[in-house]
Order: sequence, then C-alpha cells, then structure tokens
Amino acid sequence: MAKTLFEKVWDAHTVRQLPNGQTQLLIGTHLIHEVTSPQAFGMLRDLGLKVKYPSRTFATVDHIVPTLSQVEPFGDPMAQAMIAELRKNCAEHGIRFFDISSGGQGIVHMVGPEQGITQPGTTIACGDSHTATHGAFGAIAFGIGTSQVRDVLATQTLAMSKLKVRRINVDGELRPGVYAKDVILHIIRLLGVNGGLGYAYEYGGSVFDRFSCEERMTVCNMSIEGGARCGYVNPDAHTFSYLQNRPFAPKGAEWEAAVVRWKSFASDPGCHYDDVVNIKAEEIRPTVTWGINPGQAIFIDEKMPELATLSGGDRGTAEEAYKYMKLKEGAPIKGTPINVAFIGSCTNARLGDLLEVARFVKGRKVKPGVRAMVVPGSQIVAAQCEKQGLDKVFLEAGFEWRGAGCSMCLAMNPDRLRGDELCASSSNRNFKGRQGSPTGRTVLMSPVMVAAAAVTGEISDAREVFAIA
Amino acid sequence: MALAKITQVTGRAVVVPGDDIDTDRIIPARYLKCITFDGLGEFAFYDERKNEDGTEKPHPLNAPEHQGATVLVSGFNFGCGSSREHAPQSLYRAGFRAVIAGSFAEIFFGNSTTIGLPCVCPSKEDLAKITAWAEENPAEEMTVDVAGRMVVCGGKEYPVALPESAWEGLVEGRWDAIADLLEGEAGVAATMGKLPYVR
Repeated sequence: MAKTLFEKVWDAHTVRQLPNGQTQLLIGTHLIHEVTSPQAFGMLRDLGLKVKYPSRTFATVDHIVPTLSQVEPFGDPMAQAMIAELRKNCAEHGIRFFDISSGGQGIVHMVGPEQGITQPGTTIACGDSHTATHGAFGAIAFGIGTSQVRDVLATQTLAMSKLKVRRINVDGELRPGVYAKDVILHIIRLLGVNGGLGYAYEYGGSVFDRFSCEERMTVCNMSIEGGARCGYVNPDAHTFSYLQNRPFAPKGAEWEAAVVRWKSFASDPGCHYDDVVNIKAEEIRPTVTWGINPGQAIFIDEKMPELATLSGGDRGTAEEAYKYMKLKEGAPIKGTPINVAFIGSCTNARLGDLLEVARFVKGRKVKPGVRAMVVPGSQIVAAQCEKQGLDKVFLEAGFEWRGAGCSMCLAMNPDRLRGDELCASSSNRNFKGRQGSPTGRTVLMSPVMVAAAAVTGEISDAREVFAIA
Repeated sequence: MALAKITQVTGRAVVVPGDDIDTDRIIPARYLKCITFDGLGEFAFYDERKNEDGTEKPHPLNAPEHQGATVLVSGFNFGCGSSREHAPQSLYRAGFRAVIAGSFAEIFFGNSTTIGLPCVCPSKEDLAKITAWAEENPAEEMTVDVAGRMVVCGGKEYPVALPESAWEGLVEGRWDAIADLLEGEAGVAATMGKLPYVR
C-alpha cells in the first residue's frame, strides 16, 4: 500500500502500543542543549536511572551563549552555571558535546545537519520547538518538553500519538525577492497559527524540489508556528549531496546502502494524505508580520487589516496586537521606522542566507541610529563566511558581526531589545516580549528584507531598495 | 512508581482572557535561566503581571479575590509557541491544578498532562458561559471532573473534550509515561536492531 514518509518512519520506529493507546516510538537521534536538559538529568538522578544509549544523544550550547565574545567565564553567572551543568552531565553520561572549543558549536538545529547526524528516515527529538527544522532532510523531528527529554535519555523512546499528514504543494516560480521565509510566513498566514494542530506538514511541489536543503530548513523550522508538530520534505538528490562526506554520514559502501534506504522512505506516488493544500508560487510576495503571532502577516505592499474586517478571536488578538505594536489598522506597514535589525536564528542564519544578504548590502550602509547585527547560526557558518570575506562586507556596511548562538531570537543572552524598540528580524517568533524587552516589538521577515530595513531605517520593500527584479 | 489518580479538581477559578497565549507570555525566556524548575511559580505570566520596575499591573492573577485559585480559564490555542516545559511547570508551581481553554497547542498539552496538570476543552459556547461564571463568582469553587469529562460550575454541567490517552493516563494514575516506557525495554532493543543508523 502506498504510504507517506511520515507513516513509513512511524512504522519503522514503533516499539509497541502503550496501555493508554499511544505509541511507544523509538527516537533514533536525540539532541540536547543547556536550557531544557538540566532538569531532565536531575529527574534521572532522582529516579536512579542512567542514560540508556548515550551514543544516540548529541549536545551543544546555544540559547545562553553570549555572541559578542564566547570567552568564559560568561558575564552572566547563571549562563555560566548552565553551560557548566551541561558539560558535567555530558561527561558523566558519555554524551558527545559540541562545546564552544570544538569549532562545531552552534544552534542545535544547525549542528545536527552540519555534522550529518540529521538523516532521512530517522526520528529526532530535542527539547526545543524548532526541532521540525530537521524535517528538511526527510526526518520526523519533534520538539519535546523536559520530562520527555528525560524519557528519551532513559529509554530512547517517547509516548506519542500518531499525526495526520497534510501535503502542502507550492508549485510554479517564486518571484524575484521572494524567499523560503516568505513561503512559510505565507503558509502560516493562510492556514493559521493553529491550523496544523494534529498534523505533520509534508512540503512539496516544484518550489520545494528546487529549494536547497538550507531553504527547506527555513520552511520546516517554522512548522510549529503554524501549529504543526513536525514538517518535512521528502529526501532527494539535494539531501544526499548535502549529507555526503559530513562527519556522521555513512561512508563508502555504507553510503550507497544508506542512499537506497533513504530513498525508500520518500512518500509513495498515490499515497493518501489527510489534507492537501495547493499554493501558487507566483502569488507569494515578500511577507512581514504586523502583530504578535506569526500568522498576523501581510505582503509588504498591503495595508494592515482593519478590525472591522476581522471576526471573533482574530479581532481580539488583532486589537491586542495593534495596541502592543503601536501600529494602526488600515495603514501600510511599509515606512514604519525600525530601531534594530537582526539577521540570525535557526530560521535564517545559514551560509546561503548570509551570502544572499551580503550580495545586496555590499557597498551600502546601515542607516545611522539603527542597531544592526548579523549572527551566524553556527561556528561552521561563521568560519565559512569569514573565509569568503562576508564578515568584512557586513562590518563595512555597519552591521555587527557576532559569534554563533540563538542571540536576539529569544534573548536568553545579552542580545536583546530595550524598551519598546522595533526590530526587523529574520527570526521565527514575534510574541510579546520575545526579544527580551517586555515592550519590545518584533516584525518577522526574510533576511534580505531585514537588510533593506537596516539600510533605509524603516520597514521597506527589498525589491525596491535593492532593485531586485 | 505509583502516581495519584487525577479524577477531579475542585477550586476557585481565574480567567486569563485571550486567544493564542504563547509560552513566552506564560513564562518569559529570561526566567528559563535555571537548572531546576523550583521557584518558577512566581514567574508565571510575569510580564503581564508586573511592570519593568517590579510594581504590579492590573491583571486577573494579581487581583486579591483570585489569590489561591487552582483552575485557569483561557481562550483558544493556549500554550502555543516554545516547547518549554517551564510553562506548565510555572503554572503548576503557581498553584494551578487544571486548565480550561478553547483549545491547546499540542506540545503544551503533552507537557501539562505529563506533569499531572489536566487540560480540558469545552465547546466555544460553553467556554463563554464558564468564563462569564468564573468572572462573576471569584469566591465560588468549580469542579473540573476529569473522570466524567465535565466542568461543573454554578449548578450546571458542561461537557469537555479530553483525548482518550490523556484521560486514561490521568484517571488511571499513568500520566507520567516513564514507567510504561521503561517496561518496553526489550522491544526497544529489537526495534533498534532493525534500524542501521542506531545500531
């Protein structure tokens, strides 16, 4: 019978049915970081349990790492305590840790693919909701809570309920200046921030066939922002070529066998989807958020919705959003002054993102008064950029060039908004207070759109600013 | 590991109105800087409850009549966003023992169930009635009848949705999956044996 990738991976990893009807699902690969793991190790100790399969857990440090200087001790003693705790736990249990000194440290969702740990047809879990990023490689990847981190450490399994699968096709040609970020913001706008409840999202169509693995990561990353527990793209030649020769990828004869096996996980022609959504690529324009959740988004050349056109809960949330964002219903968002421009996060801080931004900011200057920063997602990305001289391009243009980490996406480190600053951000969440100030304002957009805002000092259409046509 | 059977929660309720209340709002990221969950109760809805200078804002959770409430009532898509278990942990440690909402984000729902915090969903119409009753009767108790899948308040019963697996776990005292997962050990090794990447 024709099956989806989700069903095949689910079946291959099913251990048994639990008494409550859920499935005990094998989690082949477990990724951990400093924020959601210490309590899990504490729970293990309280229960007298050990890490059952330490070679299947990989650790790095990302949320709390200062990006101005990664030299220890960190200025924040609690941040120092958290990295120390992770080091201790990894050493005690024999878990591989991509530490700051390793050259492989970075945002956990960058480290997995870079190391070739993230592979097609596998199950991955991490105590972070953006774990769906790994779905870009045809993995089924779940964000989990800390008690579940404990479950994976102790048993290499999770108690899970099976998801339905929604196929989202984006077919055609994206217009110039429209990026993967615009595609996912558009999908969330169409289907809603809770539209994915109970679903895994399978992204496909000619746009995804052409997308690089990095672009697929941007889309899969924000699946949770649409309420979907995971999102994925079927593995293909892009996937295999990305993974080949990575440190943890199979080698030699094992590589050939792995590719055959990985291909077999792709959704079969004629398989059943619980829902199908079709989107025309040509309809998507550069997209920005205006509100306090990622679904509150418009095309850059649209006006923000009038409250009278909204109903029920949408209207209430919009009213709250306009009040918080200090924006006006019915007004254009283009031209709104910004204070900060942030290019970074697990959504958009890869080499491809930064190459594209550098192409446009070369020879341009950040508007005086705007605080602009580029934060590579990993030490490997940082090294790649520096090798190609991108750091110089950014510095020359007036951006700060930082070390690898989550940075201002969630401000668990010194990078944060002050007061009600408005930030043009390539990150994934525009929730109230998300970027570290309880009154700080976030407008989500693609990295090139952030660059345009940095240069003009206001929310702008990158197609105009950079003459993209 | 014997866990308590959570069949019903009775207590005073407090309404935190709104849809799409995300986990950053339930507990801002800066309070995730910790290595235990102890003490997180005081940070529940911190930025909604307090000004930056630490003084209190008008908020239902600050109101004297709602102190000691054990049932939280909110809107749709409650707990969306980050997977941080710190969110339900902070609510639990702030004294809440049940949450009633129009719907829940999936990870939040799972995290809550795993720590024994039942999350139930009445119909949209009933949620409005429960909300109105709770706002008008801060001194009165309501019951979240987990076993009977009902909310009882003001002499009325409102049916609520609670998925079978969560219902079974709460009512049977198996809401924390770890014991069941440990029992599956032999099957885990067998499943791993069939998967080249974990061998």
